[in-house]
Amino acid sequence: MNFVQTVWLVVRKDVLVEARSREIVYTTLFFAVACVLVFAFGFVNEGRPVTDAAPGILWIAIAFSGTLALGRAFERERQNETLRALMIAPVDRPALYVGKLAGILLLLTVVEVIVVPLVALLFHAPLFSRPALLAALLAAGTTGFAAVGTLFAAMLVRARSRDVLLPVLLYPITIPVIIAGVRGTAALLQADVDVPMARAWLSMLVLFDVVFVTLALWTFEPLMTE
Amino acid sequence: MRRLFLPLTIVAAGMFMCAPFLIDGAPYESTMGLVQKIFYFHVPSAMTMFVSAIVCGVASAVYLFKGRPAADRLAAAAAELTSVFGIIVLVTGPLWARKAWGVWWVWDERITSTFVLWLIFNAYLLLRKYGGPGSERLAAGLAVFGMANVPFVYWSVNVWRTLHPKTTVVPTLQPGMRGPFWFCVTAFLLFYVLALSARAHLEARRAELETLYLDIEE
Repeated sequence: MNFVQTVWLVVRKDVLVEARSREIVYTTLFFAVACVLVFAFGFVNEGRPVTDAAPGILWIAIAFSGTLALGRAFERERQNETLRALMIAPVDRPALYVGKLAGILLLLTVVEVIVVPLVALLFHAPLFSRPALLAALLAAGTTGFAAVGTLFAAMLVRARSRDVLLPVLLYPITIPVIIAGVRGTAALLQADVDVPMARAWLSMLVLFDVVFVTLALWTFEPLMTE
Repeated sequence: MRRLFLPLTIVAAGMFMCAPFLIDGAPYESTMGLVQKIFYFHVPSAMTMFVSAIVCGVASAVYLFKGRPAADRLAAAAAELTSVFGIIVLVTGPLWARKAWGVWWVWDERITSTFVLWLIFNAYLLLRKYGGPGSERLAAGLAVFGMANVPFVYWSVNVWRTLHPKTTVVPTLQPGMRGPFWFCVTAFLLFYVLALSARAHLEARRAELETLYLDIEE
């Protein structure tokens, strides 16, 4: 079986399982909405959102709900011992990683499709003035976050206190993604849109993705071998 | 290293005893005065912390790909020392900042990246401590990621904020300050090497003891 076929099978499996229960997508989505609501009480003053609140709230909601989704996705694999079955299968290990990553990305895309317009609506943010650039920032940022997150969540399946260790490990490593996402989005929301700045952050995100996806593919095999 | 350990410890202790006198003898900085003296301990601890982080990252990569237990023990020792020197940096920094800038903490590039780095190595230690069996390997993966992350954190925080005195102040130090400064750097690095070897040695002994226990049980 070649690399692409393996990736496709893993993604199809994850999508099928999720489509039947819809557990992760619903819980993650409502968690993200609850996050946005809670932030509103911190960043809305006399009925008006604080300046620059929207990008921060958006990216923190994505990071928090992403962590939750990663934890749940691998908890499911752990409970049924299916991750072990996957690792025993005579296929490329990196293909398994790419498959899981693609599944997480699909899930987070669904969450973002709802959360981004919601944040724009609730915090009076002109998020859609530059839709292409915003979509690129979201895609690159989510990929970077999920690339590191998928590897960490997969390796933590074997560890104790994995629920709390995942954010403890993941957030310090993904701080560049959060900074670049928030500042890049903020550059698009300013009164005079700062396109070069947003582009600079976008290129940093793409570089981050390239480096960390490579590193994850490279370390997946030794990290998942018991 | 074993034979040199005791004499070097005496040298390091002597250096730390002499350091206050040398720092006292160094000229006062024209604008900051006495507060600037914290720099003789702050910067060497920061340098030691970064050296330690690199040692941990490289040792972790060796362990992850070659599976050498000695590399893992070295990485664990280096991570603990990164955390300890990080605390020194993060305590002495605000003490100085309060006097020089009037606030305890500013979100500047160097300070923020140091804080992030310190968090990563504490996450490493938490994972080793609470991750259960086999977590050394996972922690090694984290350290490799942490090391790869440093330029990204640095660059992103750099664009985000800048305030900290540049490291370029070091070569431009007045002659009277240069001596005590490099003396302190040497003392800190020597102490670091000693602590690292002692800690790695302790870890090796612990591993030995564990195999002995397992042998008895069998």
